[in-house]
Amino acid sequence: MWDPVIGLEIHVQLNTKSKIFSPASTDFGSDQNTQACAIDLGMPGVLPVLNEEAVKMAIKFGLAIGANISDNSIFARKNYFYPDLPKGYQISQYEIPIVEGGSINIIIDGQTKTINITRAHLEEDAGKSIHDLYPNETAIDLNRAGTPLIEIVSEPEMKSAAEAVQYLKNIHSLVRYLGISDGNMQEGSFRCDANISLMKKGSEVLGTRAEIKNINSFKFVENAINHEIQRQSDILDNGDNVKQETRLYDPSKDETRSMRSKEEANDYRYFPDPDLLPVSITSKLIEDIKSNMPELPSTKKDRFKAQYKLNDYDIDILTNNRELSEYFEKTIEGTDLNAKTTANWIITEVLALANKKNIGVSEYPVSYKNLQNLLSNVQSEVISSKQAKDVFERMWNNGEDAQYIIENEGMKQISDTDELNKIVDNIIKNNYKSVEEYQNGKDKLLGFFVGQVMKETKGKGNPKLINEILKVKLKK
Amino acid sequence: MDKKTIIKIANLAKLEIKDDKLNDIASSLEKILNLVDEMNGVNTDDVTPMSHPLNLKQELRKDEVKEANQRDLFQKDNENTDNGYYKVPKIID
Amino acid sequence: MHNKTVSELKKAIEKKEVSSLELTSLFINRIKNMDPELNSFITLTEEHAIDKAKIIDKEISKGILRPLSGIPLAQKDIFCTKDIKTTCGSKMLDNFISPYDATVVEKLNDAGMVIVGKTNMDEFAMGSSNETSFFGDVKNPWNKDYVPGGSSGGSAASVSARLIPCSTGTDTGGSIRQPASLTGICGIKPTYGRVSRFGMIAFASSLDQAGVFTRTAEDSAILLTHISGFDPKDSTSSKKPVPDYAADCTKKFKSLIIGIPSEFLDGLDDKVREVFDENIRILEKNGCKFKKISLKSSKLGVSAYQVVAPAECSSNLSRYDGVRFGYRAKNVKDIEELYKKSRSEAFGPEVKRRILIGTYALSAGYYDAYYLKAQKIRKIISNEFEDAFKEVDLILGPTTPDTAFKLGEKTNDPIAMYLSDVFTVSTNLAGLPAMSIPMGFKNNLPLGLQIIGNHFDESKILSLAHHYQNLTDWHTKSPQEN
Repeated sequence: MWDPVIGLEIHVQLNTKSKIFSPASTDFGSDQNTQACAIDLGMPGVLPVLNEEAVKMAIKFGLAIGANISDNSIFARKNYFYPDLPKGYQISQYEIPIVEGGSINIIIDGQTKTINITRAHLEEDAGKSIHDLYPNETAIDLNRAGTPLIEIVSEPEMKSAAEAVQYLKNIHSLVRYLGISDGNMQEGSFRCDANISLMKKGSEVLGTRAEIKNINSFKFVENAINHEIQRQSDILDNGDNVKQETRLYDPSKDETRSMRSKEEANDYRYFPDPDLLPVSITSKLIEDIKSNMPELPSTKKDRFKAQYKLNDYDIDILTNNRELSEYFEKTIEGTDLNAKTTANWIITEVLALANKKNIGVSEYPVSYKNLQNLLSNVQSEVISSKQAKDVFERMWNNGEDAQYIIENEGMKQISDTDELNKIVDNIIKNNYKSVEEYQNGKDKLLGFFVGQVMKETKGKGNPKLINEILKVKLKK
Repeated sequence: MDKKTIIKIANLAKLEIKDDKLNDIASSLEKILNLVDEMNGVNTDDVTPMSHPLNLKQELRKDEVKEANQRDLFQKDNENTDNGYYKVPKIID
Repeated sequence: MHNKTVSELKKAIEKKEVSSLELTSLFINRIKNMDPELNSFITLTEEHAIDKAKIIDKEISKGILRPLSGIPLAQKDIFCTKDIKTTCGSKMLDNFISPYDATVVEKLNDAGMVIVGKTNMDEFAMGSSNETSFFGDVKNPWNKDYVPGGSSGGSAASVSARLIPCSTGTDTGGSIRQPASLTGICGIKPTYGRVSRFGMIAFASSLDQAGVFTRTAEDSAILLTHISGFDPKDSTSSKKPVPDYAADCTKKFKSLIIGIPSEFLDGLDDKVREVFDENIRILEKNGCKFKKISLKSSKLGVSAYQVVAPAECSSNLSRYDGVRFGYRAKNVKDIEELYKKSRSEAFGPEVKRRILIGTYALSAGYYDAYYLKAQKIRKIISNEFEDAFKEVDLILGPTTPDTAFKLGEKTNDPIAMYLSDVFTVSTNLAGLPAMSIPMGFKNNLPLGLQIIGNHFDESKILSLAHHYQNLTDWHTKSPQEN
């Protein structure tokens, strides 16, 4: 009966060193109000000056989504009172945002769908209000005030929570690929508001929309949207009207509730900020940025498929973030390592250990060079794949390199056919009954014999060779 | 300028207007608006609005941290702070 | 000594005829004796001044001489001064001690000047008579029943009464030129962007400019050079190089073409017209050619100004909310009350009026009719000036339609107050430089001559003013001392 119409507004914190309008630091986690300078505090007489890097990052984003970069972009004041908004207005953009248009593709049910983006603009973040530190007071920390944000507004083209989550994930991946944000949702550097309304099936008339604010995980986005679709559906089924309002998602109760303080629609009285001038963006600047753009996720995925012939599942994991894809590629670069084997190794062994400690590529104790060395030893059969797993764990936990461990532990596979032949002969001599059973058709016993040889070689026997030798010697 | 409008505007501006002053305010605001209405006598259809008197473009600042922690200095005259936080009456969202 | 100009004092200090300490003490004593009747100072910074004077004297004894070493100065209380109270004439900032210096303050301090105090002003620079200050009215030294003009009333009165050789001011719609005119001194408002606004408490950001009060054009030129220049902390400041204005203006006078807008003479008071015409005759005889011009839309300037300035100020003043600095109401039950009570208890009626008008002009449904319209009128006014300057070098007119009015005469009639700015506001809207210099008297009260120049033509303005002051002596007249 009802078709959901969903638009997302995403606020992305740009990882510049200093704030968008002041030279104070943007570091996360510092002591309260130690990174709020006079400009961030809105003290009398202070003035904003625009951060060059924030502009460049916005342009990067605009180019990545194929948008139009505005020349003579203007900053505007959005006026409202809130204690974590020191000036009583937020410097944002209204007319002539820096990025207009653009789009991003999502894959939903195996099909590609294009989601258009209305605009993306630069603005400053507000500080933080902490309501539970004092019994009768709210504590204000203005460290975050003035951190650069890019607000990305999508067209209301998503039709389900799943589509919204895909869109969100793609934007998330993109901003991290571009290196313009760390996209850390827990720390608040990637925040999402959803606008949801329901349209009667077959109708062109949009319903009243509700806004759900500040959802900070992909799971919550999905839950919140689904919950809201249900809530609005129930209201409309009853013949009632949906109220245009702002709601907060409560993850502990998995429900949305109306925000009291924003009941009255605020008149923001936007006007061009007289303390800032129009931002002139030359085609040279755009060209410079274009020529320094990193490979975008979608391009990389296509290339991995063509170049390495990996499957979609593996590609998705490896290209999830730029650092991991680079770790993979640097490992095989300039070597004759097998791409599929390397990919498997990273996906199973490396990520397993990394996820245990919840660390990213930059914190991996095993460098790509080290991994390369290990995998070369496996590929050239110096050690077996099983041995390599043990070696790798030691490398990861103790920081030693593969070569050192292999040599010091005398781990080199026994590939000396003479030695192996002797051992096999011995095993056969001592297990003639099993040999008979094998020769009479119990093929499964080959594994037993391999195991026995492995035991004798203390796990260092070259399994391939052992298999070959056994097969020959066990023949009648 | 009716009273309702004045109260709405005063609310947006976070100013308190006492009831007995509403009439005075209304009347002085109206006089100012009458003065301002003289602008309507001029046709401005083809005119671009002017936000800045000079045709300058925004200077871009290098992305460098140049501010040290001066919290104590900024808060030294403010008794409504605690442990570095600013404090206001509790807000219920 | 108190009648010496900045230029003369500079020479006296250089020649060691007087020490900075002597000079500073002299002016501080004059202020202590005579200012209670004028109320031109909010804060006297005696200790600070004496300390600085001593430091300067020590430097001088070691042969270190800065451009304005040891010369006492008063700063309008709108400029943030580190460790010294900056009130902006308001209860809202009565306890505000700025953690930093405004760029203008820093520059003059670096030039060796000694700040003796912060001068009285209309609250948040909103006013034309210095009758809206939380710290009481300022009196006109020529007649204490009369206003000195505003908003820089204290800066003007103190220079006029020879309590200080020079002072700083700010001009958004005439707040330097009008008080200069009403108190018989020189006041210059430079081109928008010529002087940094960093640390200058904002009223209307696209109109505000810092300037100076002195008794001679040459003094104005000296000080102007030192406060001007690009400031990376002010995005709206200009990178145009700063000339040596004093050297420029004291060069041999080059003939100029001067325009007189008919709109500036329409309905002018007879006596004022008489004084003005006499001055034109003097200049005509001495190298100036005059031309009638028309600035059709200049009268609309008041209307446009009464939208743009309040709109910008309504937003600029939102930061005064009692949370991080400034006045904070006591016993409030919630955040809403904290805002409303703090602001309502600490802002005066004129400030509140302007915040309300400004909020209204920007509000939904009214933005186009008011704010946008005003910015278009602004463009028209600006274009008219641009066209005029194709024909003339400078534009002249009386600074104010009449002499100072009596205290209390216009406080109940804000419209009359606003209309007295009619000759000055359009220059702010167009961002042009302008100066007022004394041109005569009516009923023993001073009248001012306004010289308007094209963008960054301060040298031409100062040159004419200096030339004029070589031909006349209005600028040497001093109010009677009791």
